[in-house]
Amino acid sequence: MSDSPVSEMDETNEASEEIDRTEHSPEQRAEERPVTTGADSVVRALENAGVEYLFGVQGGAIMPVYDALYDSEQLTHLTMAHEQGASHAADAYGIVAGEPGVCLATSGPGATNLVTGIADANMDSDPMIALTGQVPTAFVGNDAFQETDTTGVTDPITKTNFFASDPDEVGDDVGAALALANTGRPGPTLVDLPKDITNAETDREPGEPKTPDTFHAPEKADEAAVEETARAIEAADKPVILAGGGVIKGDATDELRAFAKEYEIPVITTMPGIGAFPEDHELSLEWAGMHGTGFANMAITHCDVLIGIGTRFDDRLTGGIETFAPEAKVVHVDIDPAEISKNIHADYPLIGDAGAVIEQLHEEIEFAPDADEWREQCQTWKSEYPMDYQTPDDEPLKPEFVVEALDEATSDRAIVTTGVGQHQMWASQYWTFTEPRTWVSSHGLGTMGYGLPAAIGARLAADDDQEVICFEGDGSLLMTIQELSVAVRENMDITVAVLNNEYVGMVRQWQDAFFEGRHAASEYSWCPEFDKLAEAFGARGFAVDDYDEVADTIEAALEYDGPSVIDFHIDPRANVYPMVPSGGANGQFALSEAQLEDL
Amino acid sequence: MTGGLQGPGPLDRPQPTGRRNSQGIRVDPDAEADPETRRAVLSALVEHEPGVLAEVSGLFSRRQFNIESLTVGPTENDNRARITLVFEEPEPGLEQAKKQLEKLLPVVSVTELPDDATRRELALIKVSATRPDEVSALASMYDAQAVDAGRETITVEVTGSKQKIDAAVEAFDRFGTHEIVRTGIAALSRGAEYTATTPDGAPADD
Ligand SMILES: Cc1ncc(C[n+]2csc(CCOP(=O)(O)OP(=O)(O)O)c2C)c(N)n1
Repeated sequence: MSDSPVSEMDETNEASEEIDRTEHSPEQRAEERPVTTGADSVVRALENAGVEYLFGVQGGAIMPVYDALYDSEQLTHLTMAHEQGASHAADAYGIVAGEPGVCLATSGPGATNLVTGIADANMDSDPMIALTGQVPTAFVGNDAFQETDTTGVTDPITKTNFFASDPDEVGDDVGAALALANTGRPGPTLVDLPKDITNAETDREPGEPKTPDTFHAPEKADEAAVEETARAIEAADKPVILAGGGVIKGDATDELRAFAKEYEIPVITTMPGIGAFPEDHELSLEWAGMHGTGFANMAITHCDVLIGIGTRFDDRLTGGIETFAPEAKVVHVDIDPAEISKNIHADYPLIGDAGAVIEQLHEEIEFAPDADEWREQCQTWKSEYPMDYQTPDDEPLKPEFVVEALDEATSDRAIVTTGVGQHQMWASQYWTFTEPRTWVSSHGLGTMGYGLPAAIGARLAADDDQEVICFEGDGSLLMTIQELSVAVRENMDITVAVLNNEYVGMVRQWQDAFFEGRHAASEYSWCPEFDKLAEAFGARGFAVDDYDEVADTIEAALEYDGPSVIDFHIDPRANVYPMVPSGGANGQFALSEAQLEDL
Repeated sequence: MTGGLQGPGPLDRPQPTGRRNSQGIRVDPDAEADPETRRAVLSALVEHEPGVLAEVSGLFSRRQFNIESLTVGPTENDNRARITLVFEEPEPGLEQAKKQLEKLLPVVSVTELPDDATRRELALIKVSATRPDEVSALASMYDAQAVDAGRETITVEVTGSKQKIDAAVEAFDRFGTHEIVRTGIAALSRGAEYTATTPDGAPADD
């Protein structure tokens, strides 16, 4: 990768440029640099799993691991400005690469700073592993300096976590954590590494990474259930597919696309499912939920068979349970049995891997449902509820225009990361996504500040020809802006578009809708000048006020080989529509302030 | 405020007539009342390692399942412990609790025990020793044993079903209860049937 720090470093070290060490066998690695300590064994487990990048921050209890990393030529470590940035970067790396991202931190505050990113990965089922230093075993439980019960703190937000207790096995613990993070339903895992364990001598090379015996990931769904489901789909008059993030995580987009196209079933995605199906395809209704398109919310409300794949029927998607797809028989395909009938009762539960189950259905179904009228209805809704916005001359820059301009200026495979707020919604609504693993956002946790560190992780996982665009709000960006120092130091080609409304805008919108316009703590009396701030960090900074500056500035920012920040001064009063008030009926989305008042 | 899109308002759109209940189940106009709660006994075979109990109890509290009792102890296999859980939930909640429990890594298997399973609880009841003969007479009615007798208090041990223990606790109260401790229910399936099996049906204890 021409724009990555690694190739730069490689240029100064000609020998290593030739060798792809991820291709080495465990035996070759053991021969070249045998394990001598627990920490070596941790590093070896990462190398054997093909890991290339780690994101972290140094500190006392993790120092033995960093010392062992010093000798690894396969692993490149990025020092982040804050451990939260490390966990978000690892999370985004995992989303884009489809391989677990790795973050590491010291004990105590290092570990607790990772927590937000771990919780985020857990909510969105992203493959990730966190390695945390811990005080020496003899001190554990004594409230030692920088001691936190990290496995206790992270128990509810990890798929599983391990407390390393044996230097001979610590590498296997890391291997198991890596394997678990990306087997079955992905998610974050953590290994807590007491300093005495990583410092201890051992010559044991870790074995093959494997998931523990008590872990089971289903593959194919029950045949009889597939048959019944197929009959229900054939008989449907108003079928719709709801593709969730699981379709992307399960690498099932090809199967989904073939299935939907063959049987001509309209496709709605969830927000994490964005990219599972091309949004410019006739069958696409884009995404449903609180700020989803009107046509998706109409279709989900009126369908008679809803084929949910890899979705957990989150409340921002369903709105009020009572009115969610109230007339639909629900088919639910999921790899996690606990998701079946958790929020929405599944009439046809199919437990298994998304791709495998779609293929099973594809084979079992004998004829396409007779749904011409329904497809026409969906097209009518598309024209009745278009996502068209206005750009009056006498009003400030509209955010939707900025999103579309950036989409226009970049390739189909460009990656979009976001913070959380209105800007996130505009990005997801007005960018046309056609490829999986190009939409990188914080859905389930809704973490402000996710966008910039995520762009750093995404940049390392992306191909050279994929642009990385980060949409941020002024409030959200301020939470993690220090990570710009990393992007500058590593000369990463990232374009940050700040949709700056000088408000924590999403909160302001809710206050206007539900709190009589009382702007409690949502208004900035002063906001930094992000273009100058960017320059101070060593990035390129731009500021844009008018429509006629948009295209040229975007071009200049994209051309710059390194991080750039464009501060778009957008209409501070702009609101996100459509909107389903929380707990409301999806079919009752409001398209404007006036319609919201009618509800 | 600015922004907003064109299109018919919420009240001008067609409305579906169907509904779901709070459990996400489509409401059948012919039937459907609020789901009834049911008391269930789950037996979970788990890896015998530190932290398992915390994981299980943490899971139940954070997902708002109401545990009535939870017991844990070693089994015939040194590497395994058995947790017996009693709780009350509507049907979908029971299923959900079981599946969430199965997701925990140290959990080997989970079984809901049928009504006829052997269920036992033990209680220690410490009462005032002013009427020792009567205490002992009552104890024999409950198949209970005095396990500690001093000048001021007598402690009796009772085992049996929850109902029997409830009754004994009430009966001994006439002597003046000092303190009580109850273990919660331990249970095993009847006959040769295994209480816990691995997903492929083999006994889970080997
Ligand atoms: C860490 C965190 N704190 C608070 C919130 C609550 N919150 C959600 S959106 C939002 C406003 C975001 O403002 P800004 O980043 O300026 O974006 P805008 O909505 O204006 O686009 C807030 C405060 C959150 N999601 N995450």
